[in-house]
Amino acid sequence: MAPKIKIPATKYPVERFTLGNGLRVVLSPDRSAPVVGVAVVYDVGIRSEPEGRTGFAHLFEHLMFQGSENLEKLAHFRHVQGAGGSFNGSTHLDYTDYFEVLPTGGLERALFLEADRMRGPRLTEENLRNQVDVVKEEIRVNVLNRPYGGFPWLKLPPVMFSTFANAHDGYGSFEDLESATVEDAQGFFDRYYACGNAVLSVAGDFDVAEATTMIERHFGDVPARPAPQLPDFDEPDINGERRESYTDRIAPLPAVAAGWRVPDPIGTFEDYLPYVVLAEVLTDGDASRLVERLVQRDRTATTLGGYLGFMGDEYLVRNPTALLLQAHLPPGGDAGKVLRTIDEELDRLAADGLKPGELDRTQARMATRALHGTDDVLGRAQPMAVLELQRGRPGLLNDLPKLISEVREEQIVAAAGTLRPERRASVEVFPGASS
Amino acid sequence: MTKTLPDLVPDAELNLPRERERTLSNGLTVIAIRRSAVPLVEVRLRIPFGRAPLAPATLLSQALFTGTSGMNSIDIAAELQAVGGGLAAGLDPDRLLISGNALADGLDRTLELLASVLTDATYPDEEVSTERDRLVDHIQVALSQPAHLARVALLKRMYGSHPYAVQTPAPEEIRVLSPGPLRELHAARVRPDGAVLVLVGDIDPDQAIDTAEKVLGGWSGSAQDGSLPPTPALETGPLLLVDRPGSVQSSLRIALPALTRTDPDYAALNLANLVFGGYFSSRWTENIREDKGYTYGSYSSVDHYVAGSALVAAAEVATEVTGPSLLETNYELGRIASLPPGEEELEQARRYALGTLRLGMSTQAGLAGLASMYAGFGLRLDHLRKYSAALSAATREEVAAAASKYLAPSRAVTVVLGDAEKIEPQLSALTVVERSAA
Repeated sequence: MAPKIKIPATKYPVERFTLGNGLRVVLSPDRSAPVVGVAVVYDVGIRSEPEGRTGFAHLFEHLMFQGSENLEKLAHFRHVQGAGGSFNGSTHLDYTDYFEVLPTGGLERALFLEADRMRGPRLTEENLRNQVDVVKEEIRVNVLNRPYGGFPWLKLPPVMFSTFANAHDGYGSFEDLESATVEDAQGFFDRYYACGNAVLSVAGDFDVAEATTMIERHFGDVPARPAPQLPDFDEPDINGERRESYTDRIAPLPAVAAGWRVPDPIGTFEDYLPYVVLAEVLTDGDASRLVERLVQRDRTATTLGGYLGFMGDEYLVRNPTALLLQAHLPPGGDAGKVLRTIDEELDRLAADGLKPGELDRTQARMATRALHGTDDVLGRAQPMAVLELQRGRPGLLNDLPKLISEVREEQIVAAAGTLRPERRASVEVFPGASS
Repeated sequence: MTKTLPDLVPDAELNLPRERERTLSNGLTVIAIRRSAVPLVEVRLRIPFGRAPLAPATLLSQALFTGTSGMNSIDIAAELQAVGGGLAAGLDPDRLLISGNALADGLDRTLELLASVLTDATYPDEEVSTERDRLVDHIQVALSQPAHLARVALLKRMYGSHPYAVQTPAPEEIRVLSPGPLRELHAARVRPDGAVLVLVGDIDPDQAIDTAEKVLGGWSGSAQDGSLPPTPALETGPLLLVDRPGSVQSSLRIALPALTRTDPDYAALNLANLVFGGYFSSRWTENIREDKGYTYGSYSSVDHYVAGSALVAAAEVATEVTGPSLLETNYELGRIASLPPGEEELEQARRYALGTLRLGMSTQAGLAGLASMYAGFGLRLDHLRKYSAALSAATREEVAAAASKYLAPSRAVTVVLGDAEKIEPQLSALTVVERSAA
């Protein structure tokens, strides 16, 4: 066998400071390409939505693009794209992010735009009704009008969790969306969109001193408002296996997803990280354990995936979260059999350990993926902002390839040993379409 | 208190990375570019595959890495993984594209594994049968996706009897395939002559080309001519309505004629397309999403294939406003085809076009994709300089002229997939509708 390849690392510089109003800032300059990425994350997500307002965090994200103190509706989009850039936002379980990537010369404009909406979006009845319609179309595209819509990220949490915060549908019911009011939106902004509850990060082609001056200029006068107290969303692990199923009227073939609770990703990161590596040992590529067994040998699954966090954001999620495995099955496939085989392979791993080279090669591929993600300015600005928000440690992004490579076999084996059937929640998709 | 939007700092001149290039004696062209931001290397190998029989070509792309005389699929995957590598093949009507990446130190090993697959793929019976069943399942799932079904109908409508008309094989064509036709197709078409390998990353370009020459020098042979006839002109006709009972949205697709990348008027057409529907701040999106709330997103783009280019506009709209969505779409097409764009909206589109070129070149994967894509059209990255200059120079009159010629609703070919019972009356009020037989 070839000698083990050395796992390289990145050394992106990281500067951190806090403005007088409590806004935390992360700067990561890198002048290798003439582009900048700007991200603002707020410490609020799907889990913080009030009951009766499912989907509100995401709806509110849309409202943040509808104009602000000095900007008409449509202005944000036009100013970013008219600077040669792109923009977007996304709503996660624990945070909501807003970001732009632009040619270097657009940096100050992006900062202006983010500061303006941090002071306050224009929350009007007309914009709200318009964006409720848009969000309903988004849900139709991504969930209702396609096969396997929302599988498993919207379908598994209600099986796994009991509290509203963890279990509810983060895209929201049409009923809840339609009954949302401007007052709800103002209240949500007042409570969660405080600058003390946010992080601004900038990555890419800029000078730190110049960028700092620009940030002071645009964000310095955003009124100071304290962050709300961070809720603890923890709940007890399930006591006994949970299995649910539903019929997807569009899907032509069966599918199944299973999840197990994992250690607190932030409080006990060193216990959590082995599960991230374990997911890859099990499912990354044709040489991984479960792909080899289920897809290649038994042919009981067509495709297989494994990851941490319901939205695949394994380093950007808080407790409670899960290791997920999902499989699409051939016609007539037996989900029960797939779950039993997974149990068998986990038992084998827990009993016999890893094969020579198995961990090294998995870690090498994980390093490539991590490094690949950071080549893009937004692949640095976004995660650094969230890592600052949740951990006060944006530099973790640089450390990940090394930390992944330091996970030891006994940790993987121990992690595999906890994925017992009695701790498993699963959801099965019955195909509702004839094929 | 009113605050003023900061000015943009003008962009520095476009800085193109240096491309090293060598055509090897076996006919393979190797292009290598250094971008050392992260210690990785991106790999793209484009092999011309025009006119390859669709079903075996599709299965070949899925089964290429399943075995050589010395390695099974698991060995290949494990060996690649050991250097942080991953490779996969994809097919379109013009080419087979093998793409992936690896840790920069793993370049040599990745190329060795690539070479062994290119020269010695065996298509083992067992693995091919697994991949065959998986492919059938994937196609089955694709056939339940509205976007796929709309595309299938649109391609057929656009290209008639041209090979581009059908790009996904039917499940029954795959089910009957044995490894034999794959081995024959590999022998006939997976050849270096005319292929282009692009390597981008934390590499020494000359050394990378030397390695490629050493490792891939044993790959030999020429393929039969795979060149395709030019695509036919679009034939207008009734709106084609494809029934998808129970669909809660309608998939609206409009094809229009377009220009190739090297046409002198292409930059003007691309700017006209942006103003119409090619980015978020376009008239179409601002109208049917941000004003009316009919859709989550609409988007139009010029799609380039080797045998011709076409402009395709796409939106998924709510079933109950399918007619009104078509009305607004035709209005916006008619408006851009009849009246020149405003000065400011043209400048905004121009800055977007120029800016996104820079964004696209800012990563290893972006550069590799661009270099490989351009190479497929016989171009190199320096074409970006010419294209940027053309974007900067295009006048309002030129953009208006391109729009009136290529974005005119009278030239559109329209396909709508949705719940026919609910949407046919809406659409029939606006235009002549023909139900798809399928």
